[in-house]
Amino acid sequence: MVTTADYSRGRLKVFIGMAAGAGKTYRMLLEGDAELQAGRDVVIGLLETHGRAETARVAEGLPIVPRRRVRYRETVLEEMDLPAILRRAPELCLIDELAHTNAPGTEHTKRHEDVEAVLAAGIDVLSTLNVQHLESLNDHITELSGIRVRETIPDAILARADEVVLIDLTPEALLERLRAGKIYPSERIDAALNNFFKIENLSALREVALRQVAEEVGAKRLTTELVGSREESLAADAPHAVGERLLALVEPEPSAQRLVRRAWRSAQRLGAGLDLLWVRVPGRQLSEDEHRSLVALRQLASVLGARMIEEESDDLTAAVVEVALRRGITYILVGSSRPARGLARLRAPLPQRLMARLPGVDVRIVADRSQRANGASLESQ
Amino acid sequence: MSVAVIVAVGCAGALLGIAAGYWLPPHGRLPARDRPQGDHRRILLPFTGEEISRRSFEAAVRLAKAENAIIMPAFLARVPMNLPLETALPVQCARGMPLLEAIEQRAASQGVPVDSRVARGRTARDALRKLLEQEQFDRIIVSADEDPRAGLSYEDLRWMLDRVPAEILILRPAPQDTRRISIETVKGHF
Repeated sequence: MVTTADYSRGRLKVFIGMAAGAGKTYRMLLEGDAELQAGRDVVIGLLETHGRAETARVAEGLPIVPRRRVRYRETVLEEMDLPAILRRAPELCLIDELAHTNAPGTEHTKRHEDVEAVLAAGIDVLSTLNVQHLESLNDHITELSGIRVRETIPDAILARADEVVLIDLTPEALLERLRAGKIYPSERIDAALNNFFKIENLSALREVALRQVAEEVGAKRLTTELVGSREESLAADAPHAVGERLLALVEPEPSAQRLVRRAWRSAQRLGAGLDLLWVRVPGRQLSEDEHRSLVALRQLASVLGARMIEEESDDLTAAVVEVALRRGITYILVGSSRPARGLARLRAPLPQRLMARLPGVDVRIVADRSQRANGASLESQ
Repeated sequence: MSVAVIVAVGCAGALLGIAAGYWLPPHGRLPARDRPQGDHRRILLPFTGEEISRRSFEAAVRLAKAENAIIMPAFLARVPMNLPLETALPVQCARGMPLLEAIEQRAASQGVPVDSRVARGRTARDALRKLLEQEQFDRIIVSADEDPRAGLSYEDLRWMLDRVPAEILILRPAPQDTRRISIETVKGHF
């Protein structure tokens, strides 16, 4: 749900690249300058030029909030002046190096927390980040490059960004820039070439950055659609739902995985939503295997975009009927029943009971095809 | 013999039948739920793409038969970094689910039990790490593919050898052996 707070919050745009020198800060400044020319109130909250003349030149026309000096032990450090930015209250603030760790004594430990405060004040932010600073990629990139990056940020920070722009450059072009002294001063070039800036490192980092951001476009669109439809279905009066909605009855056991996959496939074909329902007998303790299966089921549901519903009831049929009516279910999928025992044999099977109590709802029994002797049909190349 | 005795014997017989029906499941076998599971060894077969090498699958089946083990094929999905880790991944699942189905069917047709898993992370390794944090496996079977983009890279394999507390079987690439289990093998009936 979109709240009033979301509307008043600033927008975050992050320029991400494979390494220093790719042109993230340069691009951020260009966009900031374009906004300034368009009449917006733009300031630089924090800029790290690293002595790069090109970068400093682009920043010349943009107003800067001066850094503040923070005393730490025997040294004086310069940090972004968050209170001054909030007092100045521009429309757009440019804040370089999102993963930076602040000096002790400032409001927040990390710069991304400062950025959160700026966004919360309704100020839009442009910021920059190198891909190796993402927490979940840190180990991977350490092994690729042999260098561990100490300053990391949680992936959720980037996930909340309104826009992510990949600043791409071929490794050869980046090395050319490095050798030309456009990234580091001459005395640091050899060390950089011998350590981080190796062609194989840069190629791998570029691949990581490209793959991650390239997947984002389609996946984000699909996720938005899925989340949106789920929100709508929750808000709507389910019995009046127009679209199809499937319900798969599961139990915490390995065979349920197949039932869920089958149900998901059907839901995809119908363009329908999918719910999974496990009716737990009150007081029943799960074995270790069942517990593992339940965790796996929840994980599968989450990855597929299905909703896992867990109900406690002695009466399976009544619980299923109640959920089906509440959620506006149009199809119910059940697995092959295990053989009934004792007096239970005298009762109608579950699918028939459901059909009797849920007129208009289709009930499908999903066969256990994994047990079918079909080796011939599975022959591969 | 009086009618009462006949009725009593009849009732006793009926009760005995019901009791036998309760305690003895049909077809002379134990229901699935009652089959022992806890003593099975667990063989993890992770994959990321639309196909896996037949060699690694066959190795898993051989070992599972020899060790009374369950094969646990696991689809490792990658979450784009600007999305939350709990994001649904329908596009990737459209590739991974049919392959899980193909593996499950093939294993089941050879009499080997299967218990599938899905894990997600920022990278295949991140997904595998999360899965390994949740569950323990006795053995992991992976194929050292010549194309690291097809799945786990050599660096991932090295990481597994260093960090994962399980027996790891890495199958050497066999360029001449192009047999695969792919999503095509379940097309039309999944």
